Amino acid sequence: MRSSPAAFVSALAPAIVVASVALSTPASAGDASRGKALYEVYCTQCHGLNGKGDGVNAPQLAVKPRNHTDQAEMSARSDADLFKAIKQGGQAVNKSVLMPNWDGSMSDGEIEDVVAYLRELCCQSGQ
Amino acid sequence: MKRLHHRPPATAGLGLLLATLAALTALPSGLAGAAELADKVTKDCGGCHDLTGPSDDSLAARSERQAPPLYYAGNKFREDWVVSWLQKPSRIRPAGDFPPAHVRTTAEGDVIDASGLIDHPVLPAAEAEAVGGYLMTLRPHDDLIAQEDYTPGKVSLRMGAMDFVKFKGCAACHRDTPKLGGLSGPELHTAWQRLQPEFITSYIRDPAAWEPRSLMPNQHLESGPIHKLANYLRAIGESSEESK
Repeated sequence: MRSSPAAFVSALAPAIVVASVALSTPASAGDASRGKALYEVYCTQCHGLNGKGDGVNAPQLAVKPRNHTDQAEMSARSDADLFKAIKQGGQAVNKSVLMPNWDGSMSDGEIEDVVAYLRELCCQSGQ
Repeated sequence: MKRLHHRPPATAGLGLLLATLAALTALPSGLAGAAELADKVTKDCGGCHDLTGPSDDSLAARSERQAPPLYYAGNKFREDWVVSWLQKPSRIRPAGDFPPAHVRTTAEGDVIDASGLIDHPVLPAAEAEAVGGYLMTLRPHDDLIAQEDYTPGKVSLRMGAMDFVKFKGCAACHRDTPKLGGLSGPELHTAWQRLQPEFITSYIRDPAAWEPRSLMPNQHLESGPIHKLANYLRAIGESSEESK
């Protein structure tokens, strides 16, 4: 027996909703609130309390830290890119050596939390 | 190692003598005195410094820390530096022990808010000697020190600086001169005078072995590059001593 068009759309609806949510929310599996706490401890010295790349160390750095509220810039980086940069350092993603590897300080799960917070920081800035 | 005691001006001589006598009468002596000294250090220093070891390695504990831990001071510091510094303390960490707590945002970027930074108390000479001597007995990480095999060597200031700034990125957080480098970490232009050489190499090798939630990343360096960095700290330390 063939389904009616209405029944077909009805059956697809849950899948459409799931797909929409997947497209509109960060793909990171991390917890942004935990990531915020980690970001404050390890990242703000260079990237700034507000994530704008203007931490207390920034004026002395030859390469300015990434502005994490720059939506265009951050959108060009995948979660995997961000994870790799944090875990292995800037050189691992062809960026500055001044961005160190944090694998000795944070677990993979914690780095995922930071990535989730970066997505929140980026998207809430409205920039 | 050259001692770094500061010679007081002649006009301050009587005051210093009286202060020293007062401190000596207040300081305990003998075996029973050692316990009293430990109690005194715990009472006077324990409010800000961890003297017993971390009770937890949470982010919150690190964020609330007021001052560097001293429970491994005997593995970390040079005694002559400690005794001298306690008599004339200067700020080693420009943004305090937990920089985010001493930073405020401005339109031009984050700046250090010094209003919350506490100046370390000045100790009279005799008390500084006694406290310094006690701190040197705190050595829970002899094992980590024993793992280091470092013989101080030489590196030119130019090559050392290039390594420190460009190749290893240490200058992102640390100053290797009084005016150049990041502000979130302790200044390193007096590190050689301040720290035991094997502590320097051990801490670079594995910061978390010394401090859970250390703010310093572990760059997974081999001994050769670690020794090169330590040699640079030696070079700038001895250079600053010679220029005095």
